[in-house]
Amino acid sequence: MNLENFLIFSGIIFSIGLYGALSKKNVITVLMSIELMFNGVNIALIAFSRYVVPQRIAADPVAAEAEVARALAEGTALGETVLSTLLTGQVFAIFIITIAAAEVALGLGIVIAMYRNRETVDVTQANLMRG
Amino acid sequence: MLPLDIAFWVMAAVGVATALAVVMEKDIFRAALFLVVSFLVVAGIFVLLNAEFLAMVQVLVYVGAISILIIFAIMLTRNAHEGNPFNSFQLPALVLSTMMLAAIAFVAVNTEWHDWDQLGLQVLPGDSGEVFSATEQGIKNVFGNTTQVIARLLMRDFVLPMEAASVVLLAAVIGALALVRENEGEA
Repeated sequence: MNLENFLIFSGIIFSIGLYGALSKKNVITVLMSIELMFNGVNIALIAFSRYVVPQRIAADPVAAEAEVARALAEGTALGETVLSTLLTGQVFAIFIITIAAAEVALGLGIVIAMYRNRETVDVTQANLMRG
Repeated sequence: MLPLDIAFWVMAAVGVATALAVVMEKDIFRAALFLVVSFLVVAGIFVLLNAEFLAMVQVLVYVGAISILIIFAIMLTRNAHEGNPFNSFQLPALVLSTMMLAAIAFVAVNTEWHDWDQLGLQVLPGDSGEVFSATEQGIKNVFGNTTQVIARLLMRDFVLPMEAASVVLLAAVIGALALVRENEGEA
């Protein structure tokens, strides 16, 4: 279990989602496939945040060590130190989850409106604006 | 093998199998149920990566809310006789996604990632429990207490994106309501 394992797992999930999103007729399946792609990206972001050394620590490990030792000695929260940059990937994942929730609410609203007007949920039938 | 490794490989196998089932399943309702299992597996992967807060968010938002929305939409629009067919792009989509997977795997394997081993720090999941230096102690504390650190990051470094995200959510909810509203009384 290392970074490569997680990245390849996330790549597999992402590719399956891409395949479904491009090749399905039912618009709800397309939305589900897009959710799979979001999940793959989230796994990659969190794996990076767990395994890769942030630039500020890698550039100067001694200074980072001193800062952390001072925080531990003085009882300051570790989130105040350079170590808070460790979790930037997780914060990005939170934003992706937020946007995915907004996207699903809007997407399913569009699906319901389309079904009400045209009695279908087939993306290949959604050609009202074709020139 | 470590128990963590076994957990990872089991979850990876179940995750890939359920993700394939979402795409391949003929009955779209069962595809949605496989999607729920896939979300749960991803939450388990988050736990393996010391992201407990995100695992809980994943369960609450994806398993609790998004899958319920999807199942509702399926039940409101269901055309059971149509099944869940492919469109005419099936083969190009297969080729494209295979190439995408190959590219991701190539980059993941061939890139020299700057990981903690290069700094000589024992902080990864599965490393020995001994703590040698202040940085190791601090890193272990941060990953053992992610919620607090994420809260500080969100409220200080990322406060503007967070406010923007809340506005986006509000706009999306109002937009979804406007889309699905019955427009009776309007000509």
